[in-house]
Parts: sequence; structure tokens; C-alpha cells
Amino acid sequence: MPEFDPELEKALAQLEKDLANLFAPEQPENSPAAPAVDMSVNLAGMTMKNPVVVASGTFGFGREYGEFYDLSELGGICAKGLTLHRREGNPAPRIAETPMGILNSVGLQNPGVDAFIAEELPFLRQYDVKVIANISGNTPEEYGIMCEKLAGAGVDMIEVNISCPNVKAGGLAYGTRPELAAEVTRMAKSHAGAVPVMVKLSPNVTDITEIAKAAEGAGADALSLINTIRGMRIDVNTRRPILKMNTGGLSGPAVLPVAVRMVWEVANAVKLPILGMGGVSSGEDAAQLMLAGAAAVAVGTACFADPFAPLKVRNGLAELAVEQGLSAVSQLTGGVKPW
Amino acid sequence: MKVERNCKIVHRSQTGDAVFMVLEAGDMVRTSYRNPGQFVHIRCGDSLLLRRPISVASCREDYPSDLVTIVFEVRGAGTAWLADRKLGERLDVMGLLGNGFPVKPEGRYLLVGGGIGVPPLWGCAQRTSGRSTAILGFRSKEKALMLDLFREDCAKALIATDDGSMGYHGFVDALVRQELEQDRAYNAVLACGPRPMLRNVAKAVKEFGVPCKVSMEERMGCGVGACLVCACDMKDGTRKHVCKDGPVFDAEEVDWDA
Repeated sequence: MPEFDPELEKALAQLEKDLANLFAPEQPENSPAAPAVDMSVNLAGMTMKNPVVVASGTFGFGREYGEFYDLSELGGICAKGLTLHRREGNPAPRIAETPMGILNSVGLQNPGVDAFIAEELPFLRQYDVKVIANISGNTPEEYGIMCEKLAGAGVDMIEVNISCPNVKAGGLAYGTRPELAAEVTRMAKSHAGAVPVMVKLSPNVTDITEIAKAAEGAGADALSLINTIRGMRIDVNTRRPILKMNTGGLSGPAVLPVAVRMVWEVANAVKLPILGMGGVSSGEDAAQLMLAGAAAVAVGTACFADPFAPLKVRNGLAELAVEQGLSAVSQLTGGVKPW
Repeated sequence: MKVERNCKIVHRSQTGDAVFMVLEAGDMVRTSYRNPGQFVHIRCGDSLLLRRPISVASCREDYPSDLVTIVFEVRGAGTAWLADRKLGERLDVMGLLGNGFPVKPEGRYLLVGGGIGVPPLWGCAQRTSGRSTAILGFRSKEKALMLDLFREDCAKALIATDDGSMGYHGFVDALVRQELEQDRAYNAVLACGPRPMLRNVAKAVKEFGVPCKVSMEERMGCGVGACLVCACDMKDGTRKHVCKDGPVFDAEEVDWDA
């Protein structure tokens, strides 16, 4: 048996490390040395070490991207949208590429709230990251049951999805009618105990501030926006829509200006803290949403092209804050100077 | 573990519509190889938001850099961009992804490929050191690819063309039947190609009681199992995902009527 040579082992380990570095694409530093700016933000009483959250439905339950980097680098994780019972979602194709965007029609495929609590939450809890559960119900009662289960399981926040464009029952209907949005919000709040409730708004409305005010009036602790914008793409040769469901939800850089506008409108209409999202893929994109009024930002579609996008957004935000001489990134929130 | 690496194109050639590339992939094979038939997810320029999944034709550990061979056809904007890359350029590649074909090195397999579904079977042929048989189908003689490679790495390679311009005039499932009638001592039939071909092959193989694995294709998002768009309908009513649960599934579990 060859003798164990610690020097050789050490040299080999270093060689492996050097090789890995040699081939690694330029990636963000995992632990930026002593950031000159305070990156922490507060979202409805929930303190995150930085303002970057990953958006629900783009990040699963964290396991896949956890193979690429330490999930503790993130401010928060919005888990894949849950329903009371397991759902298989819509038939494929569920995705279509569009100019600087994608359409999706997944249809809330998920293992159900109980399976999340039993199998996924313990995994996420290994990391120093805020866990936000996202829920959709067919009835206000279902929202209540899910909130009770999740509050009992100890998630950090519950994001109430009243705006999924890809399901027939509930979903978008709750997000487009103020009285229904209020009813669902009240039901969630009354079953969530001390866990803050954030209502996710749909952009597929004439006036998003009406829904925002309804959610605020019903006791929501925070708002998140925007969900995807309904869209469609057609193959001109087959004359078939690319998506099997015909229509789907648009996300990606194409929707960023819509998101910035809507965050700005909502920030001017309500006092609630906002998690801004829609097409963020750089620190500058995130800063736009924060200046428009967002306390924190979510990164979603950008992860598909670049798994490291959330970390790059975080680092870009930090650099921008330093360049602008800010002592805390939270100073960006609401800082837009409209004409 | 999956990795994202900047991969240098160290070989590039073209046969008809098929582009061959060998990539220096760093530690990708060392860290994430499972089986032949996995895929890589390649970024195709800044204006396309989605990476393109390309099956791995062959790969091996090498030092200092592992080597990954891909073979693809231009189908749209992404693969057109990819085909335009020159020798020495670098690609942003995630890999190796998916499960691949469960191939035992000591096994003997009937490899059935159609069109651009042929390349990943080459890795299966290499892994079984010349014991396997290949049945390869193409639209025409002009579309045929990798024939010499399969002839070298298989005990036997049979060709079918839709128009009869080369080999058997007809579809591969007829050749699969012929082969299995003479010899069913295969560990499994491994198939990759368009869905109608896979369905017909699965049906033919089932008559002989030989296991059949198929590599499925679907429009893909993240490539790692996070976004859940590449759904594949299963017979039990569930929907699995091509990128993470697949791309290789047991032909018996796929709902071919979906």
C-alpha cells in the first residue's frame, strides 16, 4: 500500500483547486471582502442580509441551484408556488422564447403544501436565508388552510399568489377584482399568525393600485409585483401557438419597464413595503426597482441563462451603492426624482 | 455536481447539416458524468435568454481539461449562432446534465437512433467496447451521419432511410423487429430520435419483452430541474421533467398517447 504523503495530498488538492479555477467562468466572489455598504434590508419586519430574493417558480425549492453556490448568499428564497394538493401542471410545451423574454405555462406543478413542509423546508432550513412560501388556492378557505400549515411549520413569510395566469380556478381572478383580493388577503392574514403575509399582484389589470389598496385595506404586510404578463406566440408555419395552453405568462428583460412603472405607481398608492420583480438581471435593473419604491428585489428568469445571476445582481447593487456614496443599499428605496 | 464552464472549441467540422464540436470542458466530466446520453446546456449569445440543450455524443476525462464532443444541426436562432462559432472560441456551457442511458460496460445493447437523435448513442457504443448493435435511421443518404464511427464502435451497424437512398427503405422500427426476431440477447434497446419514431420502436420492442429506454425531447428552460417547463407525461398520470428526471425514461412509463 502506498504511504500517505500529506505533502503530495496537499499538492494534489491545490492542483484540483487551480484547475477548477482555471476553467470556471468569471463568477462573483462568494464573500465580498468587508462590504463598504450595509446591504441588509427589512421587508415587513423580516430582515434579510441583502435585498436579493429569487422569484417563485424559477428556483424550485433551491436544491438545483444549491449545487452551483451556497444558498446562504441570497437574501431570500421564494419557493415554487404551492397548492393544497399536489398538481401536475399543464401539458408541454410550457415555454416559448420571445424577444428578450420568455412565455411560460407551467400551471403550478408542485408536490402540495404538506410535502413541501415535510421534505423541502428542512432542506432550505440548512441555509442562512429567509424562506418565503408562495401559495395559490382554489378558494379563500384553501388559502387559510395553507397559511395555517405554513405558519405552524415556521416559514419566514407567506407570499399569497392571487395572480397566476396559468390556472383556471382562482388564480388570476383573485388578482383582478379588488373585493376578491381583499377576501383572500383577510383569510390568509387570519390564519398566518405572526408570519407576515405578502400579496403578489398581477400586472394584467387596468389599475394595479386598486388591487394594492384592497390588499392593504385587508391587512397585507407587504406586496410583491409584478407577476408575469399574459402573452402568446404563434408558429407561423404550423399556425399553432408554441404553448400547448395557447397563452402564458411573459417574463424576462422585456417586462422590466412595466415592473418599474407598476412598482412606482403602487409605492405612491400604499404604505406597504414592496418586493419588486420583473426582468431583473443586473444591479442597475434592481436599483431601478428600488428607486421606484421597492424595499427588496427578486430575480427570476435571469437564472435560466445564468445560474449566478442573483449573486451578480447583489454584487452589482453593492457596487452601485458604493459608487453613489450610500452607506446602506436601503437608501435607494423610493429615491426616484420624478419630473 | 453540475458545473458551468467556459469551454474552448478545439475541433470543429461539418458533415452536411451536422456540426461536430469538441470542447475543452475543464472538470465537467470528472464532476458530473453519470452515463452516456447526458446533455450540455449552452448559452447562445446575449440576445437569446434560453440556453440550448445539446446532447453529448461522447466525453472523456482528460488532463488538464476534460473533452466533450457535441453534434448538432441548425434548427433555429440558437443553433445557428452556435454553428457560427469558430475554432478557438469559448462557449458558456452548463453540464453534464440529465441522467443518460444506464449502460453497463459489460453489457450488449441494441442502439436505435433517428436523425439528430443518433449522436448520443455513440457514447453508448463506445462504453460497450464494440459489443452493441446500431440501427440508424435518416431521411436520406445525404442526411446520414456518424456512420463510420458507429461501424467502428459496434459489432454491426444497420442503416435505414425514409426514401431508400441508402440501406433499408423504411423506418427503423422494422429493422428493430427483424433484428430482435433473430437475436434478442440484448440487455436493452436504447433509442433516441423524434417522438413518433420512439413510440414505434417502443411498441416493436415490447413485443419481444426486451427492456427499452428512450431519450425524450421537450422545450427546456433552466436545464437543471428548477423551472419545471420540460414536462413529459407519464402513464401513471404524473408529469416528469426531461432535464432532471430524464432525458432517458423507461419506454414503459411514458404516456405515448399524450
